[in-house]
Amino acid sequence: MSAGAAKIPVRVAEVTPVNELVTRFRFVRRDGGLMPTFSGGAHTVVEMNDQDRVRRNPYSIMSDPGDREGYSISIRRDDNGRGGSLFMHRQVRPGMEMVISNPVNLFALDLRARKHLLLAGGIGITPFLAQIKQLSAMNGNFELHYSVRTASLGSYADELVANYRPRVHLYHDDRGEQIDLPALLDGQPLGTHVYVCGPKGMIAWVRKTATALGWPREAVHHEEFLAPASGKPFEVMLARSNKTIQVGEHQSLLEAIEAAGVEAPYLCRGGACGQCETDVLEYEGTFLHKDHWLTPAQCAGGTKIMPCVSRFEGKTLVLDR
Amino acid sequence: MTVIFKEETFHDDFTFRNSPEAVKRFPFPFPEDSYMYSVNLEPHKSYRPGSVYERTFDVDEHYVSEMRDRARVLAEDPLRCQSLPHMTLAGWDLLELIMTSKAEEYPELFELHRDGAKWHWINRPLGIEQKFTFLDETTLPCGPMEYITRQTQGDFAVLDQRDDNLWMDAGMVTTQADWSLDFDIGMNFFEWHAPVPKAHEMGIFQRALKFLLNVQQGSPARRLNWTMTVNPLLDTSPENYHKWGVMKKDLTLENMGQMMHLRVELQTFFRLPRSNALVFPIRCYLIKLDELVTVPKWARRFHRVIRDLPTELATYKGFVTNRPKIVEWLSRYDDGAPTSPGIWPD
Repeated sequence: MSAGAAKIPVRVAEVTPVNELVTRFRFVRRDGGLMPTFSGGAHTVVEMNDQDRVRRNPYSIMSDPGDREGYSISIRRDDNGRGGSLFMHRQVRPGMEMVISNPVNLFALDLRARKHLLLAGGIGITPFLAQIKQLSAMNGNFELHYSVRTASLGSYADELVANYRPRVHLYHDDRGEQIDLPALLDGQPLGTHVYVCGPKGMIAWVRKTATALGWPREAVHHEEFLAPASGKPFEVMLARSNKTIQVGEHQSLLEAIEAAGVEAPYLCRGGACGQCETDVLEYEGTFLHKDHWLTPAQCAGGTKIMPCVSRFEGKTLVLDR
Repeated sequence: MTVIFKEETFHDDFTFRNSPEAVKRFPFPFPEDSYMYSVNLEPHKSYRPGSVYERTFDVDEHYVSEMRDRARVLAEDPLRCQSLPHMTLAGWDLLELIMTSKAEEYPELFELHRDGAKWHWINRPLGIEQKFTFLDETTLPCGPMEYITRQTQGDFAVLDQRDDNLWMDAGMVTTQADWSLDFDIGMNFFEWHAPVPKAHEMGIFQRALKFLLNVQQGSPARRLNWTMTVNPLLDTSPENYHKWGVMKKDLTLENMGQMMHLRVELQTFFRLPRSNALVFPIRCYLIKLDELVTVPKWARRFHRVIRDLPTELATYKGFVTNRPKIVEWLSRYDDGAPTSPGIWPD
C-alpha cells in the first residue's frame, strides 16, 4: 500500500473567519467533480507546501456528509505550534490549489447505539458537526454537551443552539460553567455510547469517569490527534534506503523521512492509527514515545517507534525503513 | 466485449459449462507449483483487459443463471440473507457502490439515472427497472443490501468496524465454500476464522485484520482463495451438507474430468463511505478439471499443487479422501516439464 489515503486535487473555495482564533476553509475539486462521500467523524490530511517543506496535517471534516460539492474544515490558530495552523491562517487564500487526502474515519459513530452522547471541548467540536448532520438525517438520537472558553470563542455554538436546541447544552469556562459529568453519565439510558473530542485533559477525565461508573470500554469513544511535538534535532540512519537523515527541531521524524524521498506508510499522522509503526534495528539513547498506539511494553522494549509523533535523543538510531 | 448469457443449472442436472473464452479468463490461483497460505493481498485496480480483474464487479456469461440459482436458494432458506438493524446504512452504501460501478463499466447492460435522491435503475440482463428514493427503504421491494445482491454475482459479507475489530453483521451468502452466515452472524474476525487450521499459529489473522482495518475509501484490495467442489454447486453450505456431501462418494477416475471442479474465490474489500463498514464480496468461479487441463501449464501445475498440499489443508478443504484419485487423474496431464511463473496461460 502506498503512503496515506488516495489524494484529491482541490481548490480553496472559501476562507471564512469564524472568530478571533478559528478560520473555516472550504475545498472543492479542481476537476469540478463531486467529493467522495464520507461518514461523520472522518478527517482529511491537508498537504501544505510551506516554502521548502511539505506539511501534512489531519483535520476533521465538519461539513454535511450528504454534501458532496465540497469539504469544510475549521482550524484553530496555534501561535506556539509547529506552523501548520499558522500557514493555513496566513498563507491560504481563496483560489489556491492544494492537495487533500480521501476521507479516513478513526472516530466513527457506533451505529448500534440507542443514543449518542457527544462531549466536545473547544475546537474538538468539528467532528461532531458532521456527525450531528448525519444523525439528524437518520433521525438519530443524540445530545451534545459543548464546553467553550467564552461565548465569543464558541465556534458554531449559536447555530448549534438555533438548529438543535433542546439537544445542545453549552458550558462557558469564563462563567464557571462545567459539565456535571458524573450526573450526566449516570443518567443515560442503556445502549448509550459516549464520544469525546477536545483537550487531552478532558478526554482523560471522561474516560476515567466513565470507567469508574462501570461504562463498558466499547461504549466510550474518543478522538485525540496529537500534533507532533518539537524537540532537539537528531540523526537517524534508514537501513533499507541506506540514507542518514537529520530531523529538525520543528520537524517530525516522519516528515524528515519523507523529505529524504523515502516513502513511508501513514494515515492519521497523530499517533492513533498505527499505520506508520516502524521497526528499530539498533539504538543508543532514549526514545520519546508520544503516541497512543504502542503498548507500554513495546515502548520499553525499544524495538518500535511511531515516527509521526515520537522523537529520539541520543547517539544512534537505526530504523528498518 | 458483448457477453452472451448462458442458460444453465447449478443443481440436479448440473448443466453448467464454461465456454472456451471463459476458460481463458479463469482466475487460476497458483503463481507457482506449490501452495501455502499467505496474506496475498493487492490493490483492486483494473488490470489485464478481458480478465476478471478488469471491472470492479465482474459480470460474466453465468450472470443470469447464477442469479436464478440465488433466488432458488433464498426461497428455500431465507436466512442466507441477514442484516442486523444497524447495518441498513451499509446496505445503501453497497447498493450505491455496485450500481454506480456497473452503470459506468457496463453501460450496455446497466443504467443508473440520479436526480438528487430520486434514482432510476435499469438492469437489462435480468429485465429489471426500478425507480426509488435513495436512503428510503420503503421505496424498494426489500432491504437495499438484499435488493442489489440479488442482482450481483458472488457472496457478500458486510462487516461493521468497531473496537479495533470487524463484525459479521450483515450478508448475502448463497455460493459459499462450506460456511454459514446464520452461524457466523454477529461474530468478530477471530471468531469466524476459528476453524481455519495453521493460519492462527502463523499470525496470519492478526496481520490480515490490521490490513483490513486500514482499507481506505477509494483504495479497495483483493486476494484469491480456492478449494475443490464435486459437481458445479454454487451452494455448498453447511445447511445443505446432507445433500452435497454424499456426492463426493460418487467420484471415479472415469467421471473426474466432468464432476470435479476447482473452485476459486475472488475476494475483494471495499471501505463503505457513509457507514464506515467494510464490504467483502466473495465471487465464486468454477472450472471442470476437463476444462482446466485444456491449458497445459495449469494442468501440470495443478497436479503438483494437489499432490504436495499439506494434509491439514486437504482435510480442511474437504478433499483429503479423494486426493489420491484426483492426483492420479491429474498426473496424466503432467509430463514433468517446467512451468512459467505467474498465473496466466502461456
